[in-house]
Amino acid sequence: MTTQPVVELTGITVEFPPVTALAGVDFRLYPGEIHALMGENGAGKSTLIKALTGVYQTSSGTIAVDGTERRFTGPGDARAHGISTVYQEVNLCGNLTVAENIMLGAAEPRLLGALHWRSMRRQAARHLERMGLDIDPGSSLDSHSLAVQQLVAICRATVGDCKVLILDEPTSSLDADEVESLFAVMRRLRDDGVAILFVSHFLDQIYAVSDRMTVLRNGGLVGEWATSDLPAGELVKHMIGRSAQVLESVGRKQGATARPAGTVPRLQAVGLGRKGSIQPYDLDVYPGEVVGLAGLLGSGRTELARLLTGADRADSGSTRIEGVPRRLHTPRAAMARGIAYTSEDRKGEGIVDGLTVRENIVLAMQAERGWVRPLPRRQVDEIVAKYIEQLGIRPANPEALLRNLSGGNQQKVLLARWLATAPRLLVLDEPTRGIDVGAKAEIQKLVAELAGEGMSVVFISAELEEVLRLSHRIAVLRDRRVVATVDAEETTTDQVVELIARGNVAEGDAA
Amino acid sequence: MTTTTPERATRPLLRAVRIDRRYLPVLGTLAVLALMLVIGGTRYDNFLTPIVYSNLFINNAHLIALAVGMTFVILTGGIDLSVGSVLALSTVIIAALLQAGWPVAVVLPVAVLTGSLIGLAHGVMIQVFGVQPFVATLAGMFFARGLCFVIAPESIPIDDPAFTALAGWDSWLGHFRTTAAVVIALAVVAIGFVVLHYTRFGRTVYAVGGGEHSAMLMGLAVSRTKVLAYVVSGTCAALGGLLFAMGNRSGYALNGVAMELDAIAAVVIGGTLLTGGTGFVLGSLLGVLTLGTIQTVIQFEGNLSSWWTKIVIGVLLLVFVVLQRALSLRKT
Repeated sequence: MTTQPVVELTGITVEFPPVTALAGVDFRLYPGEIHALMGENGAGKSTLIKALTGVYQTSSGTIAVDGTERRFTGPGDARAHGISTVYQEVNLCGNLTVAENIMLGAAEPRLLGALHWRSMRRQAARHLERMGLDIDPGSSLDSHSLAVQQLVAICRATVGDCKVLILDEPTSSLDADEVESLFAVMRRLRDDGVAILFVSHFLDQIYAVSDRMTVLRNGGLVGEWATSDLPAGELVKHMIGRSAQVLESVGRKQGATARPAGTVPRLQAVGLGRKGSIQPYDLDVYPGEVVGLAGLLGSGRTELARLLTGADRADSGSTRIEGVPRRLHTPRAAMARGIAYTSEDRKGEGIVDGLTVRENIVLAMQAERGWVRPLPRRQVDEIVAKYIEQLGIRPANPEALLRNLSGGNQQKVLLARWLATAPRLLVLDEPTRGIDVGAKAEIQKLVAELAGEGMSVVFISAELEEVLRLSHRIAVLRDRRVVATVDAEETTTDQVVELIARGNVAEGDAA
Repeated sequence: MTTTTPERATRPLLRAVRIDRRYLPVLGTLAVLALMLVIGGTRYDNFLTPIVYSNLFINNAHLIALAVGMTFVILTGGIDLSVGSVLALSTVIIAALLQAGWPVAVVLPVAVLTGSLIGLAHGVMIQVFGVQPFVATLAGMFFARGLCFVIAPESIPIDDPAFTALAGWDSWLGHFRTTAAVVIALAVVAIGFVVLHYTRFGRTVYAVGGGEHSAMLMGLAVSRTKVLAYVVSGTCAALGGLLFAMGNRSGYALNGVAMELDAIAAVVIGGTLLTGGTGFVLGSLLGVLTLGTIQTVIQFEGNLSSWWTKIVIGVLLLVFVVLQRALSLRKT
């Protein structure tokens, strides 16, 4: 490719004192290529994108579009110059119609100065058709699934003169078929000469669709390669800056098969259920055991966990803790019994992004003590320093605001918060979702270690391999019902998939 | 809950029966209004008469204007507590300037622009300095009310011939009587409707209420839209003052005390969510008419204290908020 890059960033630095999010990064994007931007969480991918589109101010460096130096004032300005962005979360307005979400802000069709709804819907329908989406443009956006909303967001981005399309983790909420149709659209746009910047955590997706890649690490540039020149192992090495083999060795530390007979389960749920949420289920969790929950999105994994931890109230069944019947009606009651729950909704139900790392870590511990007995500052500092060190939270600054941390590091802070309360049963709902390989491996390793120390863990993840590797036993869910509980040691991924797909096994476990 | 596989044959039938959920709150208000009119009609002989309907509009023209402006602000997810005071300020400015011998053609624009300016100040405080809408407009409320007393602590009668001619103009559409104030109020509703539904500004108002951050990332002019929403509200409040002065032929610093709460109540009863993003000006118009009908019913009842109006409004408000909550819960 000898043509001029459509976008060229030179020496871009972005600072959020005291954090330097991006340090002197160069980046080139050519017309008609799909360029993957790779890096761990916190590497600076999102920052680079936001610097390019004018959301963040750069403290130094230049941005050139088609050879002309530019500084955009915001996404609207960037879009006016042909640079559109689709973010990880669907950033559209659910209360507006699909047509408005596609057309608004660009050149909406008008009649005598007023918006012309009919031709707006017609044009929107044409754009939707190009994406292979058959939905009513007049329907309101929030009546559609997240995946459809994501495709609508991409549809919006390609309206008008789109030279550069930035896709920041567009696939995290899509299933395999939807990803395939997205890729088809991406390839066609590329062939039309659009430059596509693609960010994804799924390595196989990157290799399936990208032409070149740029790797960032810790806010700095590692390098730029043609995708065909860089094997996946090399890429991972570049991303995390250490050998990938170390990470692969993470797994169960001890088999729980050696459980002595007559051990009392730490938590025993009998017929626990809630109407419209999950059918009554039985589940035992023993000390030092990791119980994985496997199932598709919406199969009831989260609902099960929420009942177990009192986040939702059960309307049938009972729970026993260490053999004693206990009612867990609120998360607070569960906490008092040593049960901690980290929600899958990190942003909404987990972190407090306006508080510092230190404040977030001691939150649960302080709540447990009661607010009238504040923790001594010295003790707080010790605890916070211990977890920052142990979990490798970056930046290692207790006073950094949580909103300035990457997703993986926010997850670690959340984990630290619950670990600080020394729970006996830890329920982790999707702790590794949307975070990079390195942080994921660290969290997996930590789970294995905690179980080794005698903690019970209920581990939820959409990734079957992860669940299988980490768990001793696996409860398989389907259609809001526990269809089987299997020993992870004797089960293969294929068998679990079979269980999820069919709902019962040869043994005739569930009716 | 949306079924994705309706059979083609049954589709038109379903279309006809199924009502868009967005319109449910407004239809609820319409049902309540109709119900009250029916109840009034069966209880009192001369309730369902053109005079009563006409008076419903004539007596509430100013509130209609306030409610339209308030709808814009609430749709963005904000609130404007100053509208009652701005209404009073507008009546006082009109009365004082007319008394000083200024011509109507100058006085009215001055009064209305004062409202716009106060709205602009609110918008700037909220958008540029990041003050909470509640606090910014609370400050504006005290400021405008205080300014009224600085200008004139006593009620000023309006006897300017041009103004009284305008205020006294009326027309009979069959048995229905309309006044200039009603025409202006309905024009405000119509303009509000067109602006909200057929301009980019109007749709951006909805977008901001639906998700400010999203709207920003969609490249919409969020800041400008939010400021403008308060300008619209201030302007409508001042217009409300004009309509109020046309009804009372006077300007008084104690006009419209707590009227901002009536306006908010009308908007909420009209189906607009206080969190922003959903609602219609026509709903707000229905809300005002509902409040007016409650008042009329209680007047017809005769022996009931007028404070019952407040109690009924309170109950109705609660019912509507709970209904909206239930609707939005069913959605998720």
